[in-house]
Amino acid sequence: MSHVRMRGLAKSFGSVHAVRELNLDIERGELLAVLGPSGCGKTTLLRMIAGFEQPDAGCVVVSDEVVAGPGRMVPPERRKVGMVFQDYALFPHLTVEGNVGFGLSTRSREEREGITRRTLELVGLQHNASCPVYELSGGERQRVALARALAPEPELVLLDEPFSNLDATLRAGLRREVELILRDAEATALLVTHDQEEALSLADRLAVMRDGHIVQVGPPVEVYGSPATRWAAQFVGEVNVLSGIARGQGVETELGTFDLRRPATGAVQVAVRPEQLELSTRDGGGNAEVVSREFRGHDVLYRLRHEGGKTLLVQLPSLELHDVGDMVFVRPAPAAVTALVD
Amino acid sequence: MGLRTTVLVALLVAGPLVGLPLSFITSPGAIDQFSGFLPEAVAATFWILIGVGGGTLVLGTALAALVSFFEFPGRRWIEWALVLPLAMPSYVFTLFALGLRVPGIRSTGGAVVVFTLVLYPYVYLLARSAFLSQSRALIEAARGLGTSRARAILRVGIPLARPAILGGVALALMEALADFGTVNLLGVRTFTDAIYRVWFEAFDRDAAMQLATLLVSVTLTLLVLERLVRGRARHAQMAARGDLVPPLRLRGLPAVAAVLVPVALVVLVVGVPLVQLGVWSVQSIRESLLPVEFGASVRNSLLLAGMSAVLVPVVALLLAYGARESNSRTAATAARTATIGYGLPGSVVAVAVIVPLGWIDRRLDGAFGTGLLLTGTVIGLFYAYLVRFLALAWGAIESSLLRVPRQLDEAARGLGADRLDVLARVHVPLLRAGLATAALLVFVEVMKELPATLLLRPLGGDTMAIAVWQATTESLYKTAALPALMIVLVGLLPVALMIRLSGRIGVSDVEATPAGAGWVDVEEPEAVPA
Repeated sequence: MSHVRMRGLAKSFGSVHAVRELNLDIERGELLAVLGPSGCGKTTLLRMIAGFEQPDAGCVVVSDEVVAGPGRMVPPERRKVGMVFQDYALFPHLTVEGNVGFGLSTRSREEREGITRRTLELVGLQHNASCPVYELSGGERQRVALARALAPEPELVLLDEPFSNLDATLRAGLRREVELILRDAEATALLVTHDQEEALSLADRLAVMRDGHIVQVGPPVEVYGSPATRWAAQFVGEVNVLSGIARGQGVETELGTFDLRRPATGAVQVAVRPEQLELSTRDGGGNAEVVSREFRGHDVLYRLRHEGGKTLLVQLPSLELHDVGDMVFVRPAPAAVTALVD
Repeated sequence: MGLRTTVLVALLVAGPLVGLPLSFITSPGAIDQFSGFLPEAVAATFWILIGVGGGTLVLGTALAALVSFFEFPGRRWIEWALVLPLAMPSYVFTLFALGLRVPGIRSTGGAVVVFTLVLYPYVYLLARSAFLSQSRALIEAARGLGTSRARAILRVGIPLARPAILGGVALALMEALADFGTVNLLGVRTFTDAIYRVWFEAFDRDAAMQLATLLVSVTLTLLVLERLVRGRARHAQMAARGDLVPPLRLRGLPAVAAVLVPVALVVLVVGVPLVQLGVWSVQSIRESLLPVEFGASVRNSLLLAGMSAVLVPVVALLLAYGARESNSRTAATAARTATIGYGLPGSVVAVAVIVPLGWIDRRLDGAFGTGLLLTGTVIGLFYAYLVRFLALAWGAIESSLLRVPRQLDEAARGLGADRLDVLARVHVPLLRAGLATAALLVFVEVMKELPATLLLRPLGGDTMAIAVWQATTESLYKTAALPALMIVLVGLLPVALMIRLSGRIGVSDVEATPAGAGWVDVEEPEAVPA
């Protein structure tokens, strides 16, 4: 049995269905990311698990206890679910230590101090224990919020867009750090985000959410490599959707033949990632024109107009550059395995 | 906690006010025998509204523009000194003017001058904060289009601040309408005065209620107007954000005038009266002219003010916290209803609460022979103070509560704290300043309060405010001086507090700052623009 189970979860606000018929499991010790555009209902989902919203239907089970379900609504303070808020929500009248120890008020004094100290060590803030929280930097506040949520050893930690308030340079480093802290604490965690890179790099499994329900769940590699729908393909990274004729293991398209992840036959649509295409030049000729070039340092994203009239995205290492206006040939990269989409 | 508390408090406070217009149904025509009062009351009230409206508008806006757009020696002191008249109750200033036998003071014009001098700070404060929040870019844009600085202020600065200025005028007018002491002492027959006379000279409660209903309708119109323009003011200020308008340094004669005019005003309204009251106080002690039972009136004032300062903020906290917890439209409406007593004249509130209390009294007396348990004791008075000043305490607490992000509640809940825990461990520590402010404001207002106390006080329950009024009506100005001086000195406390707080960023700015623990930073004093 999974550690956390959600079955048929639904919540509307007036005529807006924020979450509908949602099923999702989280395994013990797992870091699951829910990825979706803003307004897809992911925050509502989080708030239902935490106990701040009551589901209209369905149930939430945490560690074999039904915390929300028909006729049952365990108040948030008795759910053993910790939450890291988007803007941290640190108590401004308390020190770092006071914040981290807030959830330990039922323990004895020594126990509380011991846990607080160990948790602060875990996040590397043992030297700031008596600081007022407003003296901390954004990254430090983030770690206090995490330590505060982890200190009572919750069954599940919820993280609501935890990196959205940090600038880009901090974000990447902190992301790795938070992952390590969560793994060290052997915590089960659910992270909600709209940032694909964050979800792909951090999570053990990824749940793609749209319009209140889960479109696809799986390891990041699988969700990226074989998106379940065209929308999922487009939302998790960039994609070219090509028409072709499938013949067993391969699919023939106007750009050439791609391998298929699962065998199929007949007319199909496949999702081809920009890095699954290659460009070559021969005597200034070609079947596509470079329309724009987005230089991103380590790689380059080209936007091409194919002779069939289609716009194609191609991502290449920035070793050799093509100029806007150049004619190029587009072909499948070696070992490009594509997936069917609707 | 929650919705039920909020609705209950709202019913308790607003219920009696709803009863007022019912008097037209239960005893129609009660007012007819006093219909001679009406034309006079309407005319006097009308001229006071016009005069005080115009006076505070011009004086308050001009002074606010002076300290906001210009730099001159001592500006930072003058900026704050101009707020001091707020501490001067208008009836105390009236006592001073009467004692000096200022010619022509016993007239509607005299009342207009008195009100304008003590009430202009409402306009001044709101206009000033609107001017200071204006973006430099707007004034500079106007200058870039070829207008002079003075014209830019007139054509851009003041129009942008118009909602705030009108909101200030509405507040000043509500205060003037609520006043009883000044108009009564000056012999101006307004509505509040008519209510008093119908009540005490004719003992006709129904007629008093009907007069009160008429007065309330004027006040409510002003209240609605004030809320409407304040809503727009917030919008206008949000839109204009950026660098402060750099003040223009005045030199020579204009600079001298810029210093002398405000200083003269404050000296006239606060300085001279304080000195004069001081002199009279000393004389009254030497010549044993103190009010009868002066000690008792000081004790009564302190007791009433002190107990109200506990009771009213606690009820306000229940109201505000309940509304926040239940987070429903009903609760928000209930909270707004409960604060309607704000700006209602004390005489109206007294008339309104006496009816339900009297009814309960008669039932209790019939059943247990308790006598006049509620109307004959301070309980009725506390009830009136609660109705009248709940909004004041609520405002102070609510504005602190607004600064506490809801996520803090949720974070605490998620960490195992139940609702009472959250109130005790998160809100009360964070609201300490707001609660203290609320207590101070209520304390001072109850100390100053005259009409409700006059109508509802139990026998032998005179306060300092009543002693001032009583002695002044008998032209015993020296006798009135010492209690008046004490009231003004206590009244300076919240003004001092406000000056200290106004140096900081307002709540609306906090809401606009990006989320995060950064909101604590508002406790840091804002740098005063040089």
